[in-house]
Amino acid sequence: MGFDLILFYVFAAIAAVMALLVVVQSNPVYSVLLLIGSFIGLAGLYVLLDAPFVAVIQIIVYAGAIMVLFLFVVMLLNAPREEPAPSGLLESGATRAIGAVLAVVFALELAWALSRSRTLATTDAYDMPRSFSVPDIGQRLFQDYAFAFEATSILILVAMIGALSLAARHVLEGRRRG
Amino acid sequence: MFSKEGAVAELNHYLILSAVLFSIGTAGVLLRRNLITVLLSVEVMLNAVNLSFIAFGRFLGSSDGQIIVFFVITVAAAEATVGLALIIALFRHVETLNPDAFRQLRG
Amino acid sequence: MDAFTPVVIAQLAILGFVFVMLLSAAAGMVYAERKVAARIQQRMGPTLVGPYGLLQPLADIIKLAMKEDLRPKAADPILFALAPIISAAAAFTAFAVVPFGAETDFFGLLDQRIPLQVADVNVAILWVFAVTSMGVYGIVLAGWSSNSKYSLLGALRSSAQMISYELSYGMALAAVLLLAGSMSIREIVDSQAGSWFSVIPRWFIFLQPIGFFIFMTAGVAETNRAPFDFPEAEQELVAGYHTEYSSMSFAMFFLAEYINMVTVSAIATNLYLGGWHGPLLPVWLGWLWFLAKVGFLLFFYIWMRWTLPRYRYDQLMAFGWKFLLPLSVINLLVTAAGVLYFGL
Repeated sequence: MGFDLILFYVFAAIAAVMALLVVVQSNPVYSVLLLIGSFIGLAGLYVLLDAPFVAVIQIIVYAGAIMVLFLFVVMLLNAPREEPAPSGLLESGATRAIGAVLAVVFALELAWALSRSRTLATTDAYDMPRSFSVPDIGQRLFQDYAFAFEATSILILVAMIGALSLAARHVLEGRRRG
Repeated sequence: MFSKEGAVAELNHYLILSAVLFSIGTAGVLLRRNLITVLLSVEVMLNAVNLSFIAFGRFLGSSDGQIIVFFVITVAAAEATVGLALIIALFRHVETLNPDAFRQLRG
Repeated sequence: MDAFTPVVIAQLAILGFVFVMLLSAAAGMVYAERKVAARIQQRMGPTLVGPYGLLQPLADIIKLAMKEDLRPKAADPILFALAPIISAAAAFTAFAVVPFGAETDFFGLLDQRIPLQVADVNVAILWVFAVTSMGVYGIVLAGWSSNSKYSLLGALRSSAQMISYELSYGMALAAVLLLAGSMSIREIVDSQAGSWFSVIPRWFIFLQPIGFFIFMTAGVAETNRAPFDFPEAEQELVAGYHTEYSSMSFAMFFLAEYINMVTVSAIATNLYLGGWHGPLLPVWLGWLWFLAKVGFLLFFYIWMRWTLPRYRYDQLMAFGWKFLLPLSVINLLVTAAGVLYFGL
C-alpha cells in the first residue's frame, strides 16, 4: 500500500469516527471538541489533496473561530445533557425496519454509482498534478470571483448585525425599563 | 516498509468518504433533539461537501474547488453565527434546547 | 528500510533536537526569569542550588513532579486532563515551522541541503496562526472543566483576550507577507539577507517599525504575559484558569506559556530581525545569531513583566480593539501602498 493511501485511511478514519461520535454523543461540550478533531482530520485530507492553503484556512476559521463560538454558547447556556429521544414513532419496530431497509438500499445504490465513475480517475489532469500556489488562488479569487467576494463581505456584515440584534435584545429592554 | 509509490487514494475514495460524512450529518440533523447538536450536524454536512469540492478540483486540475470552499466556509461562519444567536434568544424564552418544545408555528 | 535515507534520519534528528532544546529553553527561562526579576528588584535571586543557582530549575521540576496530582471532585475528568495537554501540544507544534539556521548539508554528510527546521511548509505563517488559535482551547477547557468560579472567569477573560489580539497579530503577519512575497518563513528570512549601504542590514524591522511594535504587543498579549496578564494575576483572580491544577498539569501550563514566549520571539526574530543573518559570522554559524536575537527578545519579555504595571481588563480589551487593530490595518494599507509604488 502506498504511503498516500495509508495517510488517506488514517485521516479519513479520524474524520469519520469523530463525526459519528459528534452525532452519537449526548454531552454538547464533547460534541464540539469531537467536531474540532474531525476538522483536523479533514484538514489532513486537504493537504493530501494538494490544498495546504485551504487546510490551514479551515483550521484558522472553522476549527479556531467558529468552534470557539459554539463552545462559548454551549458554556453560556450551560447546555444540559440531552434527554433520551421521546418514545413513540421512533421506537416502533415497523418504522425501524423500513428505515434500515431504506438505508441499506441507499448505501448499495451509492456504492454502485460511485464505482461506475472510474473514468474520472484516469483523466490527464490527474496524471499531471498541479498544486496551486497562493498567488494563483488569489488571482482567481479577485478576478473571476470578485463579485462573490464582495457579496460575501456584505453577508458577513449582515450576519454580525443580525447576531447582535438577536442576542442582545434583553440589554436594550433592560435599559428602556430602568 | 512503506513506499512512496504504490496505491494512491483515488477520487472514489474521497467521494465515498464525503458521502459517509454527509449521511452522518443528515442523521444528526434528523435524529438529535438538541438544537446545538443539530447545528453541529449541519456543519458536518457542510464539511462533507467541502471535501468533495476539493477532491474534484484536484482531480480535474482546476483551482475552482478551493475557491468555492472558501466561500462555503465563510457562509458557514455567517450561518453558525446567526443560528447560535437564534438559539440564545430562544433559550431565554423557553429554558430548553429541545426543538420539540418550539411548536407555536405548527398548523 | 530504504526509506530511511540519511536525509530522513537527519530530519528526525532535527525533530528530536528541537524538542529537547525547547524543553531546555523552558527550564532556562524559569531560571532567567527569576534571576532577572531579582536583579531588577535589587536582590540576588536563586544562588544556593548549584553554582550561581543554575540548578534551580532542576530543583523546581523535581519538586513539581513529586507533588500530588489533585483533581476537584466535580471536575470533568476527561477535559480536566486534556486541557494542559492541548496547551502544551499547541505550544510545541507552533515551533515546528520555525527555522533556526541556514540550509546546510552538515559539511558533506548529506547529499542534499536540508533546512534547519522541523517542517518547511509553504504556508508557514498561516500555520503559526492556526496553531495559536488552537491553543485557546486549552485555556477555555481548563477553566470550564475545573468547575470553579475563579477558573471560569479567568479562562473566559484569557480566551477573549487571546482571540482579540489574534486579529492584530494576523494583520502584522500579513504586512510582512506583503514585503517578502512568500509565506514560507525560510524565504522570508532569506529575503532579509544583505544590507543597504553595507551598514544597515536589510531587516524588516527597519521597513516596518510599527508592524514590529504591533507584532510584539499582540504576541505578549497572546501569551498572557505582563502587562497583559490580568487573567492570571494573583491579586485579582487567585490564579485564573489554572487555579485547580497541581503538579505536572500545572507544570504543563507553565511549559506551554514559556514555549509560546519562545515561539513568539523566534518568529519575531525570523520575520523582523533577519533570523540567522548577521555580520562577522559564516553562514553555517548563523544559528548563533538566531540564539542571540531570540535571547534578546526573551530578556525584553522578562524586563517588561517586572517593570510595567498591569493593564486592567477593560483597558486591555479597549487597547486591543480600539487602538491596535486600526493601527495594524493602517500599517497593512501603508505597506501595501509602499510595495506597490516603491516596488520593495
